[in-house]
Amino acid sequence: MQNSKIILTEELVKRFPVGGGYFTALNKINLSFGKGEFAGLVGPSGSGKTTLLNIIGSLDYPSEGKAIVMDQSIGDLTHRQAARLRNKYLGFIFQTYNLLPVYTVYENVEFPLLLLDTTTTERHRAVLDAVEWVGLTDKLKSRPGQLSGGESQRVAIARAMVKKPEVVLADEPTANLDAANSHHILQTMEKLNRELQTTFIFATHDEKVIQYLRRKISLEDGTVVNDENLGNEK
Amino acid sequence: MLSLKLAWRNLIGAGLRTWLNVIVLSISFVVIIWHRGMLDGWHEQARRDTIEWEIGGGQYWQKNYDPYDAFTLVDSHEKLSADIQEGVMSNILTPILISQATIYPQGRIQSVLLKGIDPTQKILNLPAKKLATESYEIPVLMGTRMAESTKLTIGDIVTIRWRDVNGTFDAAEAKIVDLFRTNVPKIDNGQLWIPLDRLRQMMQMPDEATIIVTNPEKKNLPQLSGWTFRDQQYLLSDIDRTIKQKQVGGSIIYIILLFLAMLAIFDTQVLSIFRRQREIGTQIALGMTRGQVIRLFTLEGSMHSILAAAVAAIYGIPLLLLQVKYGITMPENTDEYGMAIAEKIFPVYSLGLVITTTIVIFITATIVSFIPARKISRMKPTDAIRGKIN
Repeated sequence: MQNSKIILTEELVKRFPVGGGYFTALNKINLSFGKGEFAGLVGPSGSGKTTLLNIIGSLDYPSEGKAIVMDQSIGDLTHRQAARLRNKYLGFIFQTYNLLPVYTVYENVEFPLLLLDTTTTERHRAVLDAVEWVGLTDKLKSRPGQLSGGESQRVAIARAMVKKPEVVLADEPTANLDAANSHHILQTMEKLNRELQTTFIFATHDEKVIQYLRRKISLEDGTVVNDENLGNEK
Repeated sequence: MLSLKLAWRNLIGAGLRTWLNVIVLSISFVVIIWHRGMLDGWHEQARRDTIEWEIGGGQYWQKNYDPYDAFTLVDSHEKLSADIQEGVMSNILTPILISQATIYPQGRIQSVLLKGIDPTQKILNLPAKKLATESYEIPVLMGTRMAESTKLTIGDIVTIRWRDVNGTFDAAEAKIVDLFRTNVPKIDNGQLWIPLDRLRQMMQMPDEATIIVTNPEKKNLPQLSGWTFRDQQYLLSDIDRTIKQKQVGGSIIYIILLFLAMLAIFDTQVLSIFRRQREIGTQIALGMTRGQVIRLFTLEGSMHSILAAAVAAIYGIPLLLLQVKYGITMPENTDEYGMAIAEKIFPVYSLGLVITTTIVIFITATIVSFIPARKISRMKPTDAIRGKIN
């Protein structure tokens, strides 16, 4: 299963205009990810992890080269097609949780499904399942402001997983959490990866995350300096 | 449907912020409708009172008569034909003779118009029957404004001096038999109402009149030769013009109120760009298209106006109906407005007024919501997610 490549980057370059010139955030990145991977982009701040994650997530476009996700070239997508790709195949987990503040836990988790053509019954079942995966069944009616950091991130995981996406992109998911909560979150994600065969790609420099990874891609100054299989058993 | 659902969820979820905007907007709704209703009510009342007290269903003017030129009065009188006399007998017409005169209340000299009216007439609300008294003095009826300016009251005697049809001066004592209160200053200020026959006698103009007021309930009025018919529209044109001017002023208030209300919505929506950009970025990351974001935020603004209309209806309908029933007391000295204005104005709220106001507010709210929504949708999602202000 891991051999079927669902993400592929070829000579991927990303430049940002700075002053009169350009800053190269990613420089000729060649990577591929298969289904069910539990991989991490590791490196110091400014190494290009988040930029790469954003391009894979079709939130940004390559300056040169190719990024192909689910057989769709990110650089060629219209806004609408990119939105469709994110909606159908990708889940996001952010460092700051990014829960919708006026929605309840149920409504936050339900949100991605509202954008898909699902029936109310399907939605209801999927939301309850997702909330159960992360152990927050008793918080369905709570609003984000009433949750702890760990609980908020678990809601974010449920929201990312509720539509059973092919890929979950997690940008520093444990950065705002204590050690216990970080491990809890990572164990949850590892379990979901195992059970649902969802590909997880992290952008992180947190050692706690790294110890759960099965593949570690080290970035420095926008280039891949190391891509190693850590051999963590699935 | 999705945008509607999400917009509703966002509004309700925003709690106090939403309700504050809705309340501000609902107040604008009520005040705009109230203000327009007041003007419409005033207009309607002014027209009604003028018809009932002054112009009836229209007037026949003697061909030389010009109400704005007192010098024409000398030649503005004509004998009533048999047809007119018949109309008077059948309560279709009532003649009025108008002449200039001078009175000397408490030693002062004051020019007045003498107006002779049939004490048995039933076409105008003027209490002319009070003139049906047998007395040596000329019985006089006057309005309260005139009474105030001349310092005369019921029972007072005043000297009147006039020139008859031959140009001969004459004078007689007159007695104030009654005062009337009217909302129509044009039949009050500077005028004395006396019995028509007495005035004809004084002026030596038997069977003559200056104007003939028609009964508003009678249709198909005859053509009278030597007389020019002035219909209600012509005779009410001054009032209509004044109201139109007031409505221009009213429209400015309307625009200011609308502007304030829209500012509240615009402010909320613009603030959303800064406050909610992380939320918007997240929604885009989760798969919303730009169009969906624009629709969602525009709908949120529009829904403010719908909620405001509902809230306005809850407290506005009873409040406005109460005013329709009991009226609004006007301050004293409203005569200075220069047109008929009652002590109480009963606002008129038409369905058209309510619907138009609702539509105008809805459309304006939608437009002012669309502008920031379009800006929101253009944010780079990567910046929006991080809450980076552009």
